[in-house]
Amino acid sequence: MSLKTFAGGLHPPDSKSATAHKPIEACPLPEELIIPAAQHIGAPADICVAVGDQVKKGQVIATAKGFVSVPIHASTSGEVIAVEPRPHPLGRPLPAVVIKPDGEDAWDEALEQHDPAQLVGEELKQLVLAAGIVGMGGATFPAHVKLSPPEEKPIDTLILNGVECEPFLTADHRLMLEESTRVIDGINILRKILGIERAVIGIEANKPDAIEKMTAECAPHNIEVQALEVKYPQGAEKQLIDAVTGRQVPSGGLPMDCGVVVQNVGTAAAISDAVRLGRPLVERVATVTGPGIKEPKNLKIVIGTPLSHMVEFCGGLEGEPGKIIMGGPMMGQTQLSLEVPAIRGTSGLLLFRKGDFSTRPAGPCIRCGRCISVCPIHLQPTTIATYARLNLVDEAESNNALDCIECGCCTYICPATLPLVQSIRHIKGGIMAKRRKS
Amino acid sequence: MLTAILCLGGIGLIAAATLGVAAKKFAVEVDPREAAVLEALPGANCGACGEPGCSGYAKGVADGRLAPNLCTPGGSATIEAIAAILGIEAVAAEPRVAVVLCQGDNEKATEKYRYLGMADCNAAQKLADGPKTCPGGCLGLGSCAAACPFDAIEMTASGLAVINRDKCTGCEKCVSVCPRQVIVMAPKASTTHVLCNSRDKGAQVRKYCQVGCIGCNICKKTVPEAYQIESFLARVEYEQDENAAAAIEKCPMKCIHDFSTGYPEGSRLGSKKAASGENAAA
Amino acid sequence: MDNQLYLSSSPHIHSGETTDKVMRLVIYALLPATLVSIYFFGLPALGVLLICTLGCVAFEALSCNLMKREQTIADGSAALTGILLALNLPPSSPWWISLLGAAIAILIGKQVYGGLGYNPFNPALVARVVLLISFPVQMTTWTAPAPLGSGVDAVTAATPLGEIKTAVMLTGKLPELATSGFGDYFLGNMAGSLGEVSALALLLGGLFLLYKKIISWHTPLSFIGTVIVVSGIFWLVDPAKYPNPLFHLITGGLILGAFFMATDMVSSPVTYKGMLIFGFGCGLLTVLIRLFGGYPEGVSFAILLMNAATPLIDRYCRPKIYGQVEQKA
Repeated sequence: MSLKTFAGGLHPPDSKSATAHKPIEACPLPEELIIPAAQHIGAPADICVAVGDQVKKGQVIATAKGFVSVPIHASTSGEVIAVEPRPHPLGRPLPAVVIKPDGEDAWDEALEQHDPAQLVGEELKQLVLAAGIVGMGGATFPAHVKLSPPEEKPIDTLILNGVECEPFLTADHRLMLEESTRVIDGINILRKILGIERAVIGIEANKPDAIEKMTAECAPHNIEVQALEVKYPQGAEKQLIDAVTGRQVPSGGLPMDCGVVVQNVGTAAAISDAVRLGRPLVERVATVTGPGIKEPKNLKIVIGTPLSHMVEFCGGLEGEPGKIIMGGPMMGQTQLSLEVPAIRGTSGLLLFRKGDFSTRPAGPCIRCGRCISVCPIHLQPTTIATYARLNLVDEAESNNALDCIECGCCTYICPATLPLVQSIRHIKGGIMAKRRKS
Repeated sequence: MLTAILCLGGIGLIAAATLGVAAKKFAVEVDPREAAVLEALPGANCGACGEPGCSGYAKGVADGRLAPNLCTPGGSATIEAIAAILGIEAVAAEPRVAVVLCQGDNEKATEKYRYLGMADCNAAQKLADGPKTCPGGCLGLGSCAAACPFDAIEMTASGLAVINRDKCTGCEKCVSVCPRQVIVMAPKASTTHVLCNSRDKGAQVRKYCQVGCIGCNICKKTVPEAYQIESFLARVEYEQDENAAAAIEKCPMKCIHDFSTGYPEGSRLGSKKAASGENAAA
Repeated sequence: MDNQLYLSSSPHIHSGETTDKVMRLVIYALLPATLVSIYFFGLPALGVLLICTLGCVAFEALSCNLMKREQTIADGSAALTGILLALNLPPSSPWWISLLGAAIAILIGKQVYGGLGYNPFNPALVARVVLLISFPVQMTTWTAPAPLGSGVDAVTAATPLGEIKTAVMLTGKLPELATSGFGDYFLGNMAGSLGEVSALALLLGGLFLLYKKIISWHTPLSFIGTVIVVSGIFWLVDPAKYPNPLFHLITGGLILGAFFMATDMVSSPVTYKGMLIFGFGCGLLTVLIRLFGGYPEGVSFAILLMNAATPLIDRYCRPKIYGQVEQKA
């Protein structure tokens, strides 16, 4: 089978060997769970419990607010001991429900099991929304929104993202190996919701075991498995669509504009649970790794587990941490402390010691053109970054700054170590502010 | 020789005639007052008047659409000149300058993390609300200095913005660009300011800054009419601040500063030049 | 207590290939050529190399100091400019020519524009051309190679390109040397600038840079390819008057120019398509100057002229962005 891919991109060392072979381990419950109301793109949920309330696992503790929003659920049974702003992965304290587990980990009895064969697409979609399913690759976009394309945009292909192109992370890899049944069941439900037949799982060629397993198990379900060239950012939505279908999402548009819906394999597994067991999204697989951790592991964690608890379960810190990164090294967010909780989009926790990352100050651009040759969107990052430094919003806009997917390739390759992505992100904010004004 | 003279002379004549005709034919009607006003303006195109540039303002003033006293950078001299051109009366607005209400540089205030990246305060603010622990403190990455059209903002070696009161024209560019609202506009005549922007409780402020206002009320007790305290932060009442400087010595955190005695420590602007022309007494 | 954790915008890893490493690798790639030039031209060549390199570094340090800019000599770009300048000078250049060249390259060629990254022209070439126009005698006095240990004294000689230019002008016919002695030219046993002589050593360096992915193949290939094709056409038209493409290839500064000067990142286009156009322009101009211009060698002028065209080329070679084609209004 030939490997498909996109134009641009690069090959950072994949650093996955520390955890790729390790089975997923269940991380025990912490002393307290911090469950923020904002865990997805869109409006934060409205908290609907108060201090002193007893909650069951899977019970709604915050309700969705608006269409682009999802409810939040208690990830274990116990007592609500605080409803207050707590440290959040976004870097500032945000409203959260703090639960002290009672140790029973008892599911809410009200949760109903369903047989997907008995339900129609719309009913299934409501179950997805009620379960609070969001994109689990890290973007945390509410899944039901992606599954509600307007009529004038017909969908013909569902792509499952099992690429996991971020270095270090192996959570999706392990999930496909160990929980392939759930993943495939989720895919079948997704196909039913969308009313389409074609589904393709894209997997990078550096996971031959996952490709083999999925190919074997998908065959009876008429699901295609597409091996993809190992190249970053192969798992970015637009690049994945290009590689699998040869179509391009129009500039400023969404995947549905070219007839495609993309979901992460983890999301598919969560959708299976949501329908068959009626269980909402309260746990996920995350990779805890990096040179700053003693025993890197793939963990099954409940949402709201403090990072410090995950670190402890992985043997503790190795040396003094220099950077705490939630997510992968290319697109993850640095954290202020280990007190923040893991949320629905937490695909990994990466710890670097001082010296594991570059602190070289930025020099002048030497016009080497590397950023242009690696940009998967074919932008001119250095030109946009220059406009960003000078705050020239209109010029940056006409150079298509808004098309940037912030994958980080340009900054990774820049010999002058310029913070290109950050500059572009900065000016994107400026462009959006200008558009709101006018 | 003669041919050369004739040729050159001929070319000159023809060119002159063409130019003359063109000038008449394609002349653009300009309000002469507009040109005169433009001449009187400083020409920095700073936008303080609300127009994109000086020529826009000149046109607006000549049309009578805009008031003649909107050019803060030009000060009273410019306003008088414009009034004279238009033959009207205009009152100069009280000159105002920008003040950075913070003294917590790298040495005096703590940071909650080390920032790596673009040298821009707004970009840094997006990462966990900026490295400085104090939520109101100057980030020191110089976005205001870069935005200042008059080169009036100095970034000290230890990372603090200091505004040169002689160069500042009051255009407010820096105020709009600062992500932490640490720069405010104040009458130039008011030279005493509480250089702090933290609304946290005193105990908290002490943890992260050696020169932050803790809301202890001592200044207000010393000169009651000149100070007001709100959210644990003292502010000078610029309307009645004649005696505000009397509280400087009393302040336990040393966060009240009188610019007529010089610029804060660490600024290369020094203390000699600082008297800043018009101080409260003058 | 200050927190010791770092926060930054993603990404958090870097390729490790930094500006100073790029410069260092280019300097390594030039080592074979510099060693060959020292072998063939002896101590004077070493002198030129030292004065140019140290001079460039010193002027860079001085100007950074004077202009209160951050000190940039550690990035290696000034040293590289110095070596490139030396390789573009005749071995017999007097010391003051080398020093003046260093000053022109760094001060006028680079620092007045704002330092590294902002210069529109290749600094070493700016210096070479200024010197060539200002001091034609010193800059075109060449010496025949006198290999180290051969005991031969350096004698004045003409470069192969210079010789054929004179011969064609006087007799309208190519001299014999245009069709023989290619082995010597290839190894570097001929008169010329320090770095023009050994095609072999330069090719080694160039291939090293390609292997290390410091430069891409686009510029050198289109530059050299164009020279071969265009000079080949002339040669086929009149082999008695125009030298064959191989002669063009291995005499003069073509290889040095194509691999080391035209690929200067700062002053050449940023896209692959732009590099191809840039190389084509360089090649065409080089052949035209060599065959019909006043100077026997045209590589420097060709590259400088194309440097001037770089912003224009960049403008017309903007890559087509993802998803733009299918956009419906």
